[in-house]
Amino acid sequence: MKTHQFEIIVVGAGGAGLMAGLYASRTANTAVISKLYPTRSHTGAAQGGVGAALGSSEEDHPEWHTYDTVKGSDYLGDQDAIEFMCEEAVDAVYELEPMGLPFDRTPDGKISQRPFGGHTNNITGKPVRRACHAADRTGHMILQTLYQQCIKNDVTFFDEFEVIDLLLNNGKATGIVAIEIATGEIHVFHAKAIIMATGGHGRIWEITSNAYAYTGDGVAIALRRGVPAEDMEFFQFHPTGIYKLGILITEGVRGEGGVLINGKGERFMERYAPTVKDLASRDIISRAIYLEVRDGNGINGKNYMYLDVRPETVNHYAAIDGRKRPDGKPYVVTGEEILSKLPDIVDFCRVYLGVDPITQPMPIQPTAHYAMGGIPTNKFGEVKANEKGKIIPGLYAAGECACVSVHGANRLGTNSLLDIIVFGKHAGLKAAEYVKGVDFQPLPDDPTAFTRQQLDAFKHGDGTENAFDISNEMKKVMFDDMGIFRTQKGMQAALDKVRELKERMKHVKIQDTGKIFNMDLFNTWEISNLLDLAEVTTVSALARTESRGGHSREDYPDRDDKKWLKHTFASMDEKGKITLKYQPVTITRFQPKTRVY
Amino acid sequence: MQVILKVFRYNPEKDKKPHYDTFKLDAEPTERILDLLELVKGHNDGTLSFRRSCAHGVCGSDAMRINGVNKLACKSLVKDFGEKITVEPILGLPVIKDLIVDMKPFFDNFKKVKPYFINDDPPPEKERFQSREDRERFDDTTKCILCAACTTSCPSFWASEEYLGPAAIVNAHRFIFDSRDQGAGERLKILNDVMGVSRCHTVFNCTVACPREIQITKAIGEVKKALMTGDLE
Repeated sequence: MKTHQFEIIVVGAGGAGLMAGLYASRTANTAVISKLYPTRSHTGAAQGGVGAALGSSEEDHPEWHTYDTVKGSDYLGDQDAIEFMCEEAVDAVYELEPMGLPFDRTPDGKISQRPFGGHTNNITGKPVRRACHAADRTGHMILQTLYQQCIKNDVTFFDEFEVIDLLLNNGKATGIVAIEIATGEIHVFHAKAIIMATGGHGRIWEITSNAYAYTGDGVAIALRRGVPAEDMEFFQFHPTGIYKLGILITEGVRGEGGVLINGKGERFMERYAPTVKDLASRDIISRAIYLEVRDGNGINGKNYMYLDVRPETVNHYAAIDGRKRPDGKPYVVTGEEILSKLPDIVDFCRVYLGVDPITQPMPIQPTAHYAMGGIPTNKFGEVKANEKGKIIPGLYAAGECACVSVHGANRLGTNSLLDIIVFGKHAGLKAAEYVKGVDFQPLPDDPTAFTRQQLDAFKHGDGTENAFDISNEMKKVMFDDMGIFRTQKGMQAALDKVRELKERMKHVKIQDTGKIFNMDLFNTWEISNLLDLAEVTTVSALARTESRGGHSREDYPDRDDKKWLKHTFASMDEKGKITLKYQPVTITRFQPKTRVY
Repeated sequence: MQVILKVFRYNPEKDKKPHYDTFKLDAEPTERILDLLELVKGHNDGTLSFRRSCAHGVCGSDAMRINGVNKLACKSLVKDFGEKITVEPILGLPVIKDLIVDMKPFFDNFKKVKPYFINDDPPPEKERFQSREDRERFDDTTKCILCAACTTSCPSFWASEEYLGPAAIVNAHRFIFDSRDQGAGERLKILNDVMGVSRCHTVFNCTVACPREIQITKAIGEVKKALMTGDLE
């Protein structure tokens, strides 16, 4: 066992972790630990843009961004945090540019912006250009730029270390336990503050845009140490994943004028969102696709739709919509322009589908994409110990693993990249401030005991079960019964199945007994994380007898603000029993009203 | 279709030398090679070790040699390789286990070229302006995902891992030709070293290997030209 001491440990090296690491390391002795090499993080897969009301080419205001985000959240987002994020957004983007971030440019050299779902001009209700973009690889550019800055500023990294446990003592964070993947050696990191930035858990579902690494480690680790998980029933299904594969096709495609077409050749979103049509928010479009498929309107009667960005289609519908360029000229595109704005999308379609989006429509279906829920925090990234808002000293969370909550029941596109830069930064700053005023808390006795217990379990099973099969069964039942539309019966079936799978996990025995790169061990442990989060998600969802944002119930089709304008706080005790409590939503300026696009 | 997947195996805790294991699998022609590896790991041999994350060609984890050519396993489909598929680790970096190589020499070289934005002027209140043409000038080299497919296909790198290699030069290019950056001089000095661009003999392996289709040999040529002429246009 090796022991290290740092004032601040950041777990995860995606956008939130790197931002936290950059800011924290300015004044505090900081290390960033990640199970992946930092540039492999899933931030790099974000495509369309980062939202900020810069107003590069048309009128826009942070207040409009705030309102759109509140509305997009189906009024479950905390409005103080949303206002903070949308106001910080402008400076945050202007801070990335001097780090060298290669944003696309307007003709006059400013940061270029494109329309995105749910982002509107609050006066006309029409889409507004708010997504600051770098082709269709904005997340890649952010991840690379932040990592470059970390190299420049000599930030300390522990790459390819799998974090297994969070250490608390006297109710305060005191460290984490990790395994060095290359050697199998156990490391204890003693710290004054821990910032969790471990990303999402979309690998619970069969069809997902998420990386293999997205196994919810941070949320699961915290849950096992008594930290609640907030609003886990809210998981976003992005409407446009590549058919069968789930690979993301950015909303930027529709921002550039692409439209969704059903098996009858109709632009069906006209019926579901008459004002913004294909740029409605994601929950609404995913539900529309589901309903169209159910009504037999899928392509060839199957469970997919076309996303059509062929220039003739774009120009046809842009003319009908009366869409104009910023200079007032009619919006007309060419194939070359589409290719230059969406090069990766074109590449993905060619490679995985053999389809050229310039000349053919893309087959798409909704794909599990983003966790609105996670470790509960306030706007400074401080983790809440309970629904009363008590803070756990020294523990912070930021990015997808956290629930501030700025996304509420449904996140708007471009707000995830915004979330990581704003809250990654503020968690880093707040932690750095905190560590200056406190001493190291002693580590608990035998700090690695729980880590060893968890990992050893997979070495001593009777071997009658296979973790790969268990994982696949979980993904299937969660996609079928805990997907876009839910019912009491379906969710109960999912819960029963997940609990059965958790029992079966006890019989798993890994085959790899070595120390060096034992991916068998880590991947099996990650499946246990997914199972825990699948259970918490389902229990939270069963209790919520309403439909709101990403949680849509056929047996309770309406939003119920009287009863459910509140956040779920799910806790898991040592025996694995889940308890639900609730915290009221913070409402400042915008009273809930019917959500129409 | 039936596929015979032959996989390079080496476990330093057990094996004196590497060997190959062969697996017979049912596969869809449109499946990724990564899907086959996952299947083998899940059902045939849990000890098979490889890196992977995004599974769609943007994170750079799973560069390997597939039928002798550097590819990302997640961006390579069965139908493009036929019924006999051989998977081996990339060359020129020490093999740690199975398909996993030690990436440290690769990243050390990357870090040598100052791969970060340098501009010590006080930042403007909003953004620095940049014309679309100036932004386009270095667009191609911003695509790099540091997968090492290029560098480990380069004979000069096989000869010496001290050679900075194509990926490091690509990342230097990304900044040298960024009109906002002021570090071109320092970087060109590093690239002028005996282990810098002069080691590139325009074999074009890197350009062929790049899963992001970056015109690497062209970028290296532009760096060489900048060194000779001082011209950063």
